[in-house]
Amino acid sequence: MTGAWVAVLVTGVLCFVLKYVGHSIPAKWLERPRVGRITTLIPIVLLSALVGIQAFTTQTKFTIDHRLSGIVIGAGSVIAKLPFPATIILAMTASAITYRVKI
Amino acid sequence: MGLRQNVGVSVKRDSIGVGISVGAAGVAFGSVAVAGHFTVAQACVLSLLLFSGASQFALVGVMSSGGSPLAAILTGTFLGSRNGLYGTRMASILKNRGWRRVVAAQITIDESTGMAIAQEEIEQQHTAFWYTGIAVFFFWNICTFLGAVGAKAIGDTAAWGLDVVSPVVFIAVLWPRLTTRNLKLAALAAFTWALCITEVVPSGVPILTTVAIAVIVGWK
Repeated sequence: MTGAWVAVLVTGVLCFVLKYVGHSIPAKWLERPRVGRITTLIPIVLLSALVGIQAFTTQTKFTIDHRLSGIVIGAGSVIAKLPFPATIILAMTASAITYRVKI
Repeated sequence: MGLRQNVGVSVKRDSIGVGISVGAAGVAFGSVAVAGHFTVAQACVLSLLLFSGASQFALVGVMSSGGSPLAAILTGTFLGSRNGLYGTRMASILKNRGWRRVVAAQITIDESTGMAIAQEEIEQQHTAFWYTGIAVFFFWNICTFLGAVGAKAIGDTAAWGLDVVSPVVFIAVLWPRLTTRNLKLAALAAFTWALCITEVVPSGVPILTTVAIAVIVGWK
């Protein structure tokens, strides 16, 4: 897990540097609308892609399995505006039941 | 004066409340990290040093689905970049120097920034930023440790539904942000793109390459 340590430490340091630089530069540098639009979009596209990869792939192969039930229940709970802990517990329960039933 | 003190007390109370409820999600992070073959120590160092939920979940997610450390670093850092923007916004309010700026930078996250800019008076903005940031930091780190140790104890994490925690956390973070048609289309495009190319490119690449979608959609 040396690779994991490298990722942990390097990302930690880089993200701190970004925050510190943010605190140290003049606000007007970031006031261009294009910069604002792109930086709003970056977390949205990355997280959307991550949802797809974590929910529907196994070792890079497209897979539909027990996770689907958890994702559907989780997404439904988010749309129904259930509290965050309830959303997570419902999704976990749905996925765990499907996983155990299949075995 | 009495009224102002009441406002100050309620800002502190709300800030600590946010710290507890957001910090509790650290249990989810700690357990997901261990389920993704990270050690308890690595999970704890991520929460202390990186201290940004989305970046932490993403880093663990990329590596545990087979991505390289470089792909994990780039994904985590891109996701952390918005905290830099929050930093610029907060610096104009806080005007810190020296070690206070170092501490302020580390606790600059969605919640501390959001709570601060929701206040009307400068004094309350300071209070909300520091109380929220420190409270989230405190509870997030304790809960990460508890979640990591807990997941280590239960073994087969899929049997407990832990493999859907991370994507469902992302859905919960994403959904309220998809406020315009462009943002929804970008999210759908990124989701579809990643799944279409996952079998033909190395792990991590399907996620990272969606930054191009952000640039294309945001350019005009």
